[in-house]
Amino acid sequence: MMEWLGLPPAASAHAAGVDQTMVLVHALMAVLFVGWTIFFTYVLIRFRRTAHRDASYHGLRGRWSTVIEGAVLVAEVALLVFFSVPLWSARVDAFPPEAQSTVVRVVAEQFAWNVHYPGADGRFGRTSLELLGPSNPLGLDRTDPAGRDDITTINQLNLPVNRPVIVHLSSKDMVHSFALPQMRVKQDAIPGIAQPVWFTPTATGRWEIACSQLCGLGHYRMRGFYTIQSPTEYEAWLASEAALIATP
Amino acid sequence: MHIPYTTDVRPDTGLTNPKLGIWLFLASEVMLFGSLFSAYALLRSGSTSWPDQSAVLSVPFATLNTVILISSSITMVLAWVAAKAGELRRFRLFMGLTLVLGAAFMVVKAIEYNDKFSHGLLPSTDNFLGLYFTMTGVHAIHVLVGMVVNAYLLWPGSAMFRSDSVRFTNRVEIAGIYWHFVDVVWIFLFPVLYLL
Amino acid sequence: MFLKHFYSTDHKIIGLLYGFTSLFFLLVGFSLVVLIRWQLAYPGEPVPYVGGLLGAANAPGGVILPEFYNQLGAMHGTIMVFLGVVPLAVGAFGNYLIPLQIGAPDMAFPRLNLASYWFYFVGGAIMLGSFLVPGGAANNGWTSYPPLSDLAPGNGQTWWLAGMLCLIFSSLLGALNFITTIVQLRAPGMTWFRLPFFVWAQFVTAFLLLLAFPALQAAALLQGMDRLAGTSFFLPSGLAVSGQPLDVAGGGNALLWQHLFWFLGHPEVYVLILPGMGIVAEVITNNTRKPLWGYRLMVYSLFVLGFLSFVVWAHHMFLTGMGTVISAFFQATTMIISIPSVVILSSLILSLYGGSIRFTTPMLFALAFLPMFGIGGLTGLPLGLATTDIPLHDTNYVVGHFHYLVAPGTIFALFAGIYHWFPRMTGGRMMNDTLGRIHFVGSLICMNVIFLPMFVQGLAGVNRRLWDGGAVYAHAQEVLSLNIPMSMAAFGLAFFQLFFIVNLFLSLRGPRTVTDNPWGATTLEWQTGPVAALRVYRDPYEYSVPGEPTDFLPQNVGPAPRSGPAE
Repeated sequence: MMEWLGLPPAASAHAAGVDQTMVLVHALMAVLFVGWTIFFTYVLIRFRRTAHRDASYHGLRGRWSTVIEGAVLVAEVALLVFFSVPLWSARVDAFPPEAQSTVVRVVAEQFAWNVHYPGADGRFGRTSLELLGPSNPLGLDRTDPAGRDDITTINQLNLPVNRPVIVHLSSKDMVHSFALPQMRVKQDAIPGIAQPVWFTPTATGRWEIACSQLCGLGHYRMRGFYTIQSPTEYEAWLASEAALIATP
Repeated sequence: MHIPYTTDVRPDTGLTNPKLGIWLFLASEVMLFGSLFSAYALLRSGSTSWPDQSAVLSVPFATLNTVILISSSITMVLAWVAAKAGELRRFRLFMGLTLVLGAAFMVVKAIEYNDKFSHGLLPSTDNFLGLYFTMTGVHAIHVLVGMVVNAYLLWPGSAMFRSDSVRFTNRVEIAGIYWHFVDVVWIFLFPVLYLL
Repeated sequence: MFLKHFYSTDHKIIGLLYGFTSLFFLLVGFSLVVLIRWQLAYPGEPVPYVGGLLGAANAPGGVILPEFYNQLGAMHGTIMVFLGVVPLAVGAFGNYLIPLQIGAPDMAFPRLNLASYWFYFVGGAIMLGSFLVPGGAANNGWTSYPPLSDLAPGNGQTWWLAGMLCLIFSSLLGALNFITTIVQLRAPGMTWFRLPFFVWAQFVTAFLLLLAFPALQAAALLQGMDRLAGTSFFLPSGLAVSGQPLDVAGGGNALLWQHLFWFLGHPEVYVLILPGMGIVAEVITNNTRKPLWGYRLMVYSLFVLGFLSFVVWAHHMFLTGMGTVISAFFQATTMIISIPSVVILSSLILSLYGGSIRFTTPMLFALAFLPMFGIGGLTGLPLGLATTDIPLHDTNYVVGHFHYLVAPGTIFALFAGIYHWFPRMTGGRMMNDTLGRIHFVGSLICMNVIFLPMFVQGLAGVNRRLWDGGAVYAHAQEVLSLNIPMSMAAFGLAFFQLFFIVNLFLSLRGPRTVTDNPWGATTLEWQTGPVAALRVYRDPYEYSVPGEPTDFLPQNVGPAPRSGPAE
């Protein structure tokens, strides 16, 4: 049923859980719909005017509809308690320690994704509204010691595979939504509200970041890229970016 | 077309149509002001710098307005009692007083607004002032609507006093329920905006 | 004089005014989506035939600009929901039928009723007029999320807010009138559990309108202040638009709008659905010739739905940064609210069992409502579970989900209602059956071809509200070609609506061919005689009562004198 649903390829640790729940929900939906449809079709044919002149005042007897409704409720509660709530809790409560994760900031704006890496020192430099400019969309303060080695990119997010990633998501202007379809990650970026999101990529590849929330006339083209690399490739990429900062 | 239960009570529900109608209307008004108060609570709790409200606004003005509005509720009740007793002159007196008190409330409000504007305190200054102007503004519109209704009952509408005095008294009662509601909203607005 | 109808306080005239105005707006809203569907199938290609009429600012050379595309999207949603479906379902059917079905002479407040129509009319005129203001109509989605809507240039969004305030006020006046009428003006003997299910549905709907809409009223006032007086209710500190820091006080909260909007928005979903369910219940009982199965349980379910619809709103906001406990609460309420919906839908299907089913045109629409609404309801499940909402949120899956509920769901129910009550509303004229059946088959096929592929696209991850339909995204490529048959079906749907429009106007001028009660119905709106003498003796759907000579017993027909031993 996985392939049948046509979800994008899954490439993160928690994707399997999301997809499994997706399959189970759709299985429940399919059972209910097919069941209803068979009954519906049978009734329409069996009780058409020409075949059944006199309607029955009492209609269907028995309480099996209550049983079905109860079964639907039980199935939904099971989906909720055993799948959706624990998986959600893992998304929002069980953040990995930052020391053992790749930590980046992603700042959305009309119509681009600004990516901010803390650099070798692992600390993000100060950012400020006053420093915003065409060449500094993050408003990063390069005079701040923590900010000297920070790496910034636009619309390109590189991450190492098999290591948890924490994205500190924010927005400069509108509500955007940060979607990584293959990671099964989607999180609204709302100005003024800190939105951390985490996941662990499990496969290398190059895919797209999509904006999922209407953010203006360029919403349709607010596309970025993300690349999941092997640790060595990722380190090499970081080094090459660091070299760019060192030789302005 | 005769609509039943406009003036007489429907036995099984114990209500007349206008009375049920006004309570339903007030239920939706409660949701409107409730939404505004919720917005106030959310914005204030999420704020890093909320001004000292009683220092920004004038508590004496607001106290005066509270007294005015509560008095107007009392005169409104007296007007209804007079209408019920069939005393048109006394009704006119108290309804006139209600109207004057309503107008006094609006005048004080206008002085207060003007005072803020002249000190450069605008809705755009900060969210507290924004909420102050929005919430008291919506309330002031309600006062104004009540005054229009009361003025109608005082003058052109009081012709009904002779033609159908039961219905007229009911109208005064309905207008009174609305007027008391506007009063109650102010009694919530006063501490929330001026004191807390 | 024709104009006198515009001042009449007769609920039937007002109902018809609502009906024709809302059908007009349904057509307008649908025309907007035809443009959208063209753009999605052929992004960047000039719109044929009408492209030149759209204005150089909107569509230079007939090519729809992204700004204009967003206007079309926002106004399609707004017009369809607030000016089309709800006024038709509530304003038209509710106004026309409630007093008749409960045996009342009119609405409790006839003049308020007329005022309600005129506020609706003015609100609609403002919404339509906003297309002509510089910068065009609102283009921030029908949900108008700030900061985008707060900061939108031009006046379109401000006009949208003004229009919404008129529409909200209209709904409030209508709702309190409906409730008062149902509580106070039921005919003698019309006890609560003898009310037709349609009246119950309208009763609960009116409460939702009355108590949920004020939240949007407040939100619209606050957004109006943000736009006109420079407040920052929805603008947090530290905003920078187009690289420039924004010169506002800040300190606001963008999520506040979403909470207020969805506090209205979710009950509004049931406002869209419940009247449709009511119509379907009437048409099904009439055409199966048997009582409604589980009438009382359905009524209780309505109340549960109405109540719970106030505590599910944040399931639209799972991805705004929600913790486990709050998300668990809203997921749980969402799962629970699905149960009364399942109860009502299964009761309607089970009502068919044992019937003697007449496949009249209204019955076809009512029957199609059941599986279509079923698809819409079922696809709500993965959206209501926060975990499965992650990949599906704001994709075309959502668009498919709510369109199944409202288009082949509610709108089919409304068509069923029009075909069913047309003879009552026109004094014995029937709509043409052949044209009606063509309209039905064409609409059913086209709607499914439009909306079913949306689930496929959504599961593949294609987002909604994209000017090019997702053409720039790699993950959309495999399902992008579906846009062409979907759009063809949308044009086909437009074509099949012609059969309805022609049928409607031809039948309005056609001969009176049928009697007062052509469908053999039991409810009071079909019974003749003076309202003052009306008395109700029985339950609403006494069809095929054993031992009776006819297969229907109208509610106002007294017990027949029984032969046999006297007391």
